[in-house]
Amino acid sequence: MTERTIPQHPPAIRVARLTKRFPTPGGGEVTAVDAIDFTVPRGSVTGLLGGNGAGKTTTISMLLGLLLPTAGTVEILGVDMARHRHAVLPRMNFSSPYVELPHRLTVRENLTVYAHLYGLTCVKKRVRELSEHLDLTRFLDRPSGGLSAGQKTRVALAKALLNDPELLLLDEPTASLDPDTADWIRTYLERYRARTGATILLASHNMLEVERLCDSVLMMRQGRIVDRGAPSALLARYGRQTLEEVFLDIARASDGSTLLTGEAADAAE
Amino acid sequence: MPPNDAIAAHPVPRADFSLRRVGAMVLRYWYLLRGSWPRILELAYWPTMQMILWGYINQFMASSSGGGSGWVAQGAGVLVSAVLLWDVLFRGQLGVSISFLEEMWSRNLGHLFVSPLRPGEWVTALMTMSLLRTLIGVLPAAALAIPFFGYSVFALGLPLAAFFANLIVLGWSLGLLIVALILRYGMGAEGLAWIVVFMLAPVSAVYYPVSVLPAWLQPVSLALPSAHVFEGMRALVFEGVLRWDHLAWAVGLNALYMAAGVGVFLYAFRQARVRGALLQTGE
Repeated sequence: MTERTIPQHPPAIRVARLTKRFPTPGGGEVTAVDAIDFTVPRGSVTGLLGGNGAGKTTTISMLLGLLLPTAGTVEILGVDMARHRHAVLPRMNFSSPYVELPHRLTVRENLTVYAHLYGLTCVKKRVRELSEHLDLTRFLDRPSGGLSAGQKTRVALAKALLNDPELLLLDEPTASLDPDTADWIRTYLERYRARTGATILLASHNMLEVERLCDSVLMMRQGRIVDRGAPSALLARYGRQTLEEVFLDIARASDGSTLLTGEAADAAE
Repeated sequence: MPPNDAIAAHPVPRADFSLRRVGAMVLRYWYLLRGSWPRILELAYWPTMQMILWGYINQFMASSSGGGSGWVAQGAGVLVSAVLLWDVLFRGQLGVSISFLEEMWSRNLGHLFVSPLRPGEWVTALMTMSLLRTLIGVLPAAALAIPFFGYSVFALGLPLAAFFANLIVLGWSLGLLIVALILRYGMGAEGLAWIVVFMLAPVSAVYYPVSVLPAWLQPVSLALPSAHVFEGMRALVFEGVLRWDHLAWAVGLNALYMAAGVGVFLYAFRQARVRGALLQTGE
């Protein structure tokens, strides 16, 4: 009788001892990310939370390969980013309100260029599909720079979804949007995840958004992951009613506080 | 969880070098260019103005009222050829630098380099766009020289293609060096895109032979492919001979400078990833 093997898929993200230090003008170093470890299971939505300067954007930049780590490893969909980054880039995508698309190109032109960069077949069809899904059709032929913040966010999301990514990294996906547009974006992301089974890692300062979208949360402070777990577990652990209160507890805690770190938090889970 | 069906519906590129991704970037710059008629006109404006100015200087110096400069009179249109070829070098360098700066101005590098685009493909696209911009700029000026001065630079024949190729390749090397400097020093260095090439002008012997330069400066001049191209151009115009030695020097030196340009660019690109500069670009 032959042994039946069940295919094991590696997690969407596996990070080990990831560290980033930047030199300072005085000849010293500042540690932006300090030997963090975490994994993100496939198909999950994970929130990366922390105050300004906690290390969220630096972490996401290293996950994307835009920033080279000082130490540690990043595996995306089972691929070592340091050695085979280009093998996995076509399977992931990224959106941030702080990284823009060329202003003078129209929405259609921008999406067309990126569709070709991701090697899509049937580019026109894909651009049309996404434009309909994200309600972009009316301004497809308008310059991207002339759009409102909400429209720009939807265009950036369309760009991020062009290749139907298995892994989607979102940096503050609803920053500076009105509640209606922000809700629309969250609903779209929920449906996208349900339809494709994609993994989403999102950095956000909006705790309601995190509670609504995320299966689990990584709390960062001063370059370290100081706590982690499902939103409900964090609420129970801190004895709070909202994730915002948990966030404030963590953000305002002194270094000598009783916050859980790394493996301790895992053990607590 | 296995890869979803949607992924399978959209084949993804696996090649180390993809002409399609190069084409995508050329398309990106072409969209930008075609979206603005003033930009296209501006490309041809300066080469045309320069050609007309130097064309009349050429005519005046060759005429008896202008002192009948024997040197200029020996070769019809030598200064027109020189100014057009100089513009190939200048436009070639500017084409690479400006296309790169477009990404900096639009803060687009973060999106580009999380896509499957590789640095080598981007460089190839920058060079392709530089070639297109140079042709758009220089060809109308070269064509206008015929009705204005009865001189066609195309009469130089096939060697013109060799001169053109060597000058634009030197322009690309300089362009990559400037890109590397901007990646290193940020937008504070963007002015280099418009000035660096002019440091080469005096020693490139564009309008006069290398022998005019002081003896100590001549080796510097002869270390530049451009000086060999302009010496070769004058030999062709004045004597009707193709100086293979100058051409060989130009090709050899260009290979050296291109290797250095690509090396410096790749190093600067990697350092930008170390410092996080790809996300922190823009004004």
